[in-house]
Amino acid sequence: MPSQTATHPPRGGRPAGTGRKASVERAQGRIGIAFSSLYTLFLVLFGVLPSAYAIYLAFTKAGQFVGLANFAKVSKDYRFLPAVEHVGLYLLVWLVCLVVLVVLLAVLVHAVGQRWISTSLRFVYYIPGALAGASSVMLWLFVLDPTVSPAAFLLHALGFNNFVEVVQADRLPVVLAIVAFWTGAGGWIVVMYGALNNISGDILEAARIDGAGPIRTAWSIQIPLLRKWISYMVILSFAGGTQLFVEPRVLSQASRGVVSQDYSLNQLAFLYAFRQSDFNGSAAISLVLLLVSLALSIYFVFRGGLFERV
Amino acid sequence: MAILILVVFALFFLVPLVWLLIAPSKTDRQLLLDAPFAFGDFSTLAQNWWSLVNFQGGLLWTWIGNSAFYCLTALVITLVSSIPAGYALAFTEFRGRRALLALTLIVMLIPNTALVLPIFLELSAVHLIGNPLAAILPFSFFPFGVYLTYIYFSTAISRDLLDAARMDGASEVQVFARIAMPLATPVVALVGFFSFTSNWNNYFLPYVMLPGRRAPVQVGLAELLSNVPQFNPTNAASSTISLSALALATLIAIAPVLIVFLFCQRFLVTGMTAGGTKE
Repeated sequence: MPSQTATHPPRGGRPAGTGRKASVERAQGRIGIAFSSLYTLFLVLFGVLPSAYAIYLAFTKAGQFVGLANFAKVSKDYRFLPAVEHVGLYLLVWLVCLVVLVVLLAVLVHAVGQRWISTSLRFVYYIPGALAGASSVMLWLFVLDPTVSPAAFLLHALGFNNFVEVVQADRLPVVLAIVAFWTGAGGWIVVMYGALNNISGDILEAARIDGAGPIRTAWSIQIPLLRKWISYMVILSFAGGTQLFVEPRVLSQASRGVVSQDYSLNQLAFLYAFRQSDFNGSAAISLVLLLVSLALSIYFVFRGGLFERV
Repeated sequence: MAILILVVFALFFLVPLVWLLIAPSKTDRQLLLDAPFAFGDFSTLAQNWWSLVNFQGGLLWTWIGNSAFYCLTALVITLVSSIPAGYALAFTEFRGRRALLALTLIVMLIPNTALVLPIFLELSAVHLIGNPLAAILPFSFFPFGVYLTYIYFSTAISRDLLDAARMDGASEVQVFARIAMPLATPVVALVGFFSFTSNWNNYFLPYVMLPGRRAPVQVGLAELLSNVPQFNPTNAASSTISLSALALATLIAIAPVLIVFLFCQRFLVTGMTAGGTKE
């Protein structure tokens, strides 16, 4: 992302200058700490401390260190493995759809000659992003209900006659993936489109002269150059997808229990804290989820090249 | 073929929204029987409106007021904390700068839901659950905003400009307030946009922190479900909500963000990619 930062001279490497310069640098050091202090406080209070506290809770019981006992307990919970399976299936369906369709749509929108059409399309794809969280699920409750849905003909054609049939357990990963795609894909299409704009016209022109058609060009030139962005999307979406909570929770409320309350891992962690008042078990599940996200994030920051420009 | 795919997906993204705009003008019976895109009538719309307004003494407005209060307060704190921090990371050298930056990047890429239960456990240890601060303070922690500001300052504003002001005798605070801040309008808008929309739409965090009347509208919306007979036939609640009133409630709940989106259309579709494109 920060491609332009590379042009700045490296910081801290300046030779010690005159007294005035040194005093300016000292003044800057003080101002740097002062300016970043409020944010640092938030980072500690709502990033570092909760993580540390979750670690503490996950390895203790009533203040006593218990090793991995909490983890062993939750992993033996009869609801744990099904939840892992649900989230895994959902991730699989969703990530495949996301990669294939986002790349396809970005390449197609990019190939549209008329500027206003391409801008409008991107806007149309992006606008559902305004409905994240509970409201997008609420809207999809209607869209997935064959009795009122604007796409009722499709649902009927697929053999569904009522809402409960649509949200049966074996279809749920697909249903959740569709809702997530509807809400989130547009943002990624816009990002991929921007990345495609980055590819110099000369390369595409050369490919055209060499006789490559649009499919060949997309496959051999555009998609390989998008690789970094695709992996960025997959990593962030994977981390986000493991957190599944609001969608199954609202669906469970709306489906009269057809969708269970412990469908996803985060729901299970929630139940541990709120139904069983077992904060240690809750922390153990949260910590596992947090570690997955943290590992992906650290990998991407240090290996994916985000940090080398800093 | 290409055009067909583009159009089919445009419909996929657009149809649910268009339907949502029309649905509140119908009665439940019309929702079931009429064509999905046939407009009902304005008196039904008004009826649905009043049934929501009167639902449990205007509870929906309480929720919306809560959302506005939490998100706007958090927005102010976010700007006050993250804009100077981004400036400091971009232009000053201080002890711990690299560590702060690395930590910011890492936390920024963690989905915000991952920290919800840990923050809940932490805040319940200090007995803040149910207090508006339990939503406002976590909402105000926005590492992505710091990152955006950092990128903006280090790419869009030249160091020489700041040095020139220093040569003229400006103090460090003056350099920030008189030179950097006036040039920072675009990034302030961008951080404000992302902070407001993501907090308004946040469900999980306020759901665990603020139950009942303190809930923001996203949480309240899901609570409305239990008052819709179609979804809860066994419910004995005294006041009920019709399906089309529920659609109207959904529309009202997203209206602020939808308006912000439409308002920012230009810069979203073109500007959001600025990080990825060459100027």
